[in-house]
Amino acid sequence: MAEVAELKDIASQIRRDIVRMVHAVQSGHPGGSLGCTDFFTALYFNVMQHNPAFNMDGVGEDIFFLSNGHISPVFYSTLARSGYFDVKELSTFRKIDSRLQGHPTTHEHLPGIRVASGSLGQGMSVAIGAALAKKFNNDSHLVYSLHGDGELDEGQNWEAIMFAGHHKVDNLVATVDWNGQQIDGPTSKVMDLGDLRVKFEAFKWLTLEMDGNDMDDVIATMAKAKGLTGQGKPVCILMKTAMGKGVDFMEGSHEWHGIAPNNDQLAKALAQLPETLGDY
Amino acid sequence: MLKDITVLNEKETRGGFGEGIYELGKKNPNVIVLTADLAGSFKLGPFMKEIPERFIQCGIAEANMMGIAAGLTIGGKIPYTTTFANFSTGRVYDQIRQSIAYSNKNVKICASHAGLTLGEDGATHQILEDLGMMKMLPGMTVINPCDFNQTKAATLAVAEFEGPVYLRFGRPKWANFTKEDGSDFVIGKAQVFSEGTDVTIFAIGHLVWKAIEAGKILEEKGYSVEVINIHTLKPLDTEAIVKSISKTKCAVTCEEHNIWGGLGDSISHVAAKNFPIPIEYVGTNDTFGESGTPVQLLKKYGLDTPNIVEAAEKVIARKKG
Repeated sequence: MAEVAELKDIASQIRRDIVRMVHAVQSGHPGGSLGCTDFFTALYFNVMQHNPAFNMDGVGEDIFFLSNGHISPVFYSTLARSGYFDVKELSTFRKIDSRLQGHPTTHEHLPGIRVASGSLGQGMSVAIGAALAKKFNNDSHLVYSLHGDGELDEGQNWEAIMFAGHHKVDNLVATVDWNGQQIDGPTSKVMDLGDLRVKFEAFKWLTLEMDGNDMDDVIATMAKAKGLTGQGKPVCILMKTAMGKGVDFMEGSHEWHGIAPNNDQLAKALAQLPETLGDY
Repeated sequence: MLKDITVLNEKETRGGFGEGIYELGKKNPNVIVLTADLAGSFKLGPFMKEIPERFIQCGIAEANMMGIAAGLTIGGKIPYTTTFANFSTGRVYDQIRQSIAYSNKNVKICASHAGLTLGEDGATHQILEDLGMMKMLPGMTVINPCDFNQTKAATLAVAEFEGPVYLRFGRPKWANFTKEDGSDFVIGKAQVFSEGTDVTIFAIGHLVWKAIEAGKILEEKGYSVEVINIHTLKPLDTEAIVKSISKTKCAVTCEEHNIWGGLGDSISHVAAKNFPIPIEYVGTNDTFGESGTPVQLLKKYGLDTPNIVEAAEKVIARKKG
């Protein structure tokens, strides 16, 4: 289980991977990926008890679902860096015949992926189903999930949130990437989410807030979330992040949601991100 | 001979599901039943009473139900979702496409109240496009049994079959005539009720019985008729279809579904690729339904026994051309 200093080094490498992957094919989604890098790093290198010798059913381990599948670069890099597959395969991202599809899929049997995501709003339901399966199997491990804040515009989320509260799915920790941005602009202008904490609590969830770009806070809050499981309520973490975190000219803007850096921008980005584990 | 096929009793195909799922639930601990506020319509009472811990009420939220079903398979469960055919397909197509079909999840999507025979509720609920939508999904198995006994058999059989399945059935009391033990049902295997040389009548779902009734009339008129139940629309039993049409050299297709996208299209495709023949189609023709009794609706939309007889005589005449 990696500690904070090491986690920060890993996160720096994952951020390098993200910008290099997106640059190589001149497509993909760097903004949200960079924003969620600290969360992914903490999850896979500290928080979850998981087995890189991948088994789809995931019995006897913590499992994770990414609902906002467009941030696949951070997911792929994290999986590779934590041993699910060779980091060299990151160079195939979005290319023909690759297991690293534009959005995560099970279709190509990439270890670590348990459901396809990309069409938004579906991951919460799947995570709840997997959490129920753990209960049926008397498996005390947890299910973690990540959702975009803009993604909460999709009504299926609220069906799922209502279900999880009603059915006391208390082995689920769902995190919302609360970066306040979506494709067409700030969430406050596109579709105001209002007070998410009040909304989740009204649906019978326990909620926490954390700074998703402060590794100390991520570790502390995730530990706190784990402590809240098993009490009859699902747990939600509202995670404040900055889109594009770690690359100054990308940070805080929805402009980098789905565009790739050019050669100069790549060089500028990599200069801000120390190569800690060796590039793929 | 078709005249030897007799009706055992009249029962709802959805009742076959209810009986099948109860029997299955008792013997297979991995079977989980989910519903979107339609437990009564699916005759789930015995399952809910005896096995309440494996019954999941999702409320009127079908999209979420499909996703939860997909998630339950991760952990080895075999989820059966239950809601009307309209809400099992069109309403949740993208959820099925991404979370179930593309993700290859072992979900059994069970859909009742399909087609015109839903009756008085009208066109909002009478889906006539579902078979087409579901057969278009890569990896999806599509089954529409013909009666109570076969629906029960299919409900049991799909649990042993790995992969996503769309299982379609209906609301009204209907002729029940296949074997009570279900031994005449095999997934993906066409069921031949009579062998003949003049015409093949392919049918699916409720219209299989109508096809048999029509076949009896045609036999009395002196025709040699082959009636085949294509209960598994996908994967299609191409071998059985080609074998039959290469003998009879003409066909009628019968379905409680739009002829654009349903059984008629599938049979035509096989014929065009393997053995081109004249085909006539009995089904709805690019239209929505309306309120009425099942009998009135089948008659008004041209899905009744006389329509099949007429189509058969027409296609035989075309063959002789």
